Amino acid sequence: MTEKKEDKFVQWILFATGISSILIIILIIVFIFSEGLPAMLSVGLFNFLFGMVWNPDNGIFGVFPMIIGTLLTTFIALLLAVPLSLCCSIFLAEIAPPNMRKLLKPTIQGLAGIPSVIYGFFGLVIIVPFMRIHFGGSGFSVLSASLILTVMILPTIISISEDALRSVPYEYNEASLALGATQWQTIKNVIFPAALSGIITAIILGMGRAIGETMAVIMVAGNVVQIPGSIFEPVRTLTSNIALEMGYATGIHYSALFATGIILLAVIIVLLLIANYINYKKRVTIGGGYL
Amino acid sequence: MNRIISPKNSQKIMKTIFWGSGIFTMFLLILVIGYILVNGLPVVNLNFIFGDPIDNGASGGIFPFIISTFYVTFVALVVATPLGVGGAVYLAEYAGENKLVKAIRFGSEILASIPSIVFGLFGFAFFVVYLNFGFSVLSGGLTLALMAMPTILRTAEVSIESVPKSYSEGSMALGASKWQTIYQVILPAAVPGIITGVILGMARAVEETAAILYTVGAALQAPVSIFDPARPLPLHLYTLATEGISMPNAYGTAAVLVILILIITIVTNTLVDRYTKKMMGR
Repeated sequence: MTEKKEDKFVQWILFATGISSILIIILIIVFIFSEGLPAMLSVGLFNFLFGMVWNPDNGIFGVFPMIIGTLLTTFIALLLAVPLSLCCSIFLAEIAPPNMRKLLKPTIQGLAGIPSVIYGFFGLVIIVPFMRIHFGGSGFSVLSASLILTVMILPTIISISEDALRSVPYEYNEASLALGATQWQTIKNVIFPAALSGIITAIILGMGRAIGETMAVIMVAGNVVQIPGSIFEPVRTLTSNIALEMGYATGIHYSALFATGIILLAVIIVLLLIANYINYKKRVTIGGGYL
Repeated sequence: MNRIISPKNSQKIMKTIFWGSGIFTMFLLILVIGYILVNGLPVVNLNFIFGDPIDNGASGGIFPFIISTFYVTFVALVVATPLGVGGAVYLAEYAGENKLVKAIRFGSEILASIPSIVFGLFGFAFFVVYLNFGFSVLSGGLTLALMAMPTILRTAEVSIESVPKSYSEGSMALGASKWQTIYQVILPAAVPGIITGVILGMARAVEETAAILYTVGAALQAPVSIFDPARPLPLHLYTLATEGISMPNAYGTAAVLVILILIITIVTNTLVDRYTKKMMGR
């Protein structure tokens, strides 16, 4: 083969590997939809999304309690994780001395690396009994799941918002301090607002992680299909629903689980689009000279 | 101006809060890992690591599950590495900034964020049923490959882009073709970064449970062929813990899994450190 031909040949192979991620996405969407649509169509989209009863034995498939379960656990996890991780990312980006950074960076990596089944196991042996003793009930609850999710989404939010805080030009910091502002005033009034779009992206991605988490939630949430009356009652999330019933589902029930997957897929894609849009807006604003 | 808290005091208070949140985060990691290791390590000995399970894992060891983990992860990496690195070379060296590249980036972003159970659904429908690979190392490994691919792609792309432009200019000036330059100059310079990416992808494959729940099966023997079913460590831990088979063995399995992940993390960090130092030295 001549060099030129070889070059062209290699370029084609690399092109093929390059577009493989697009092809895989399309393949995933096609398969999930083709398996899930029959249930969505036969139950009806509205009845599927807003139906209150999930009873596969009688062919009733409504995922509304699971949607609430996912939203509720995610919302409480964000409520706890956002303040903690924002403080932690500000600490990392602005305040921590180098030694402390050297300790904290691997810590966050470590938190991100722990398998979700380990988090679930930890929740099962520590948090669930704690809840049972102090708040009654079985201990398998919305709050147990949220607490585990909180720890799991910390590293996502911390590392992305730290990047955002660091990318604020150092001159901003200097100018503010030179005007006599304290460090906290500078962070609050200058750095934080400048990094806001990145921080929102971080929160959205953390939210995506919480919505998509399966194993840890399954092990501590109790998995009862209901709209919980309090955060101490058990719930089932969309992801758990799939994992719990895939083992024995057939026919329309099988299809309904794929339809649950369609919801998850759609939510994640929408969240990513929002995150990308915010980043895009930010570039535009900086280019336009608003900052 | 009448303030309740003076700027000086609020600075002090906030600084304390920031320090507190940093230390609390460290405490969380130590709590989780420490608890698992303290309870799990007493169970872990040579018989546990190299023994076969007895009564579904109620006693005995976890050797087949360790083999399963390595086997499935190996299959995943063999598939994901060429795809990820090839894609990274394409993005970094061939593609300009056009719509297609944006689509590829967004595609790999989606791939990186899809919930693992959705991968599990797809793996079951496509690999297990449609391609008829059955519950096997192959089905599980391929499903994990899809999850590890974006991690490898992103890390490799960054490290290829960080190879100084002067390298490829020098090579091209000597008359090398584009592919010769990439193969003999750019890729060797980017290898440590690419290895880091592969290890990160490996970590993702080792820790994953939901995606293999319905693709890899649940064998108690070590898999031999890639069409054999297997049971990687996370899946074994999940079964032990939720079916209440044996708590001591669950702790032991968890400890082995945590140690495995810790080793992977430490190796990655050492590599990155050495790589950064080397690059700074030049």
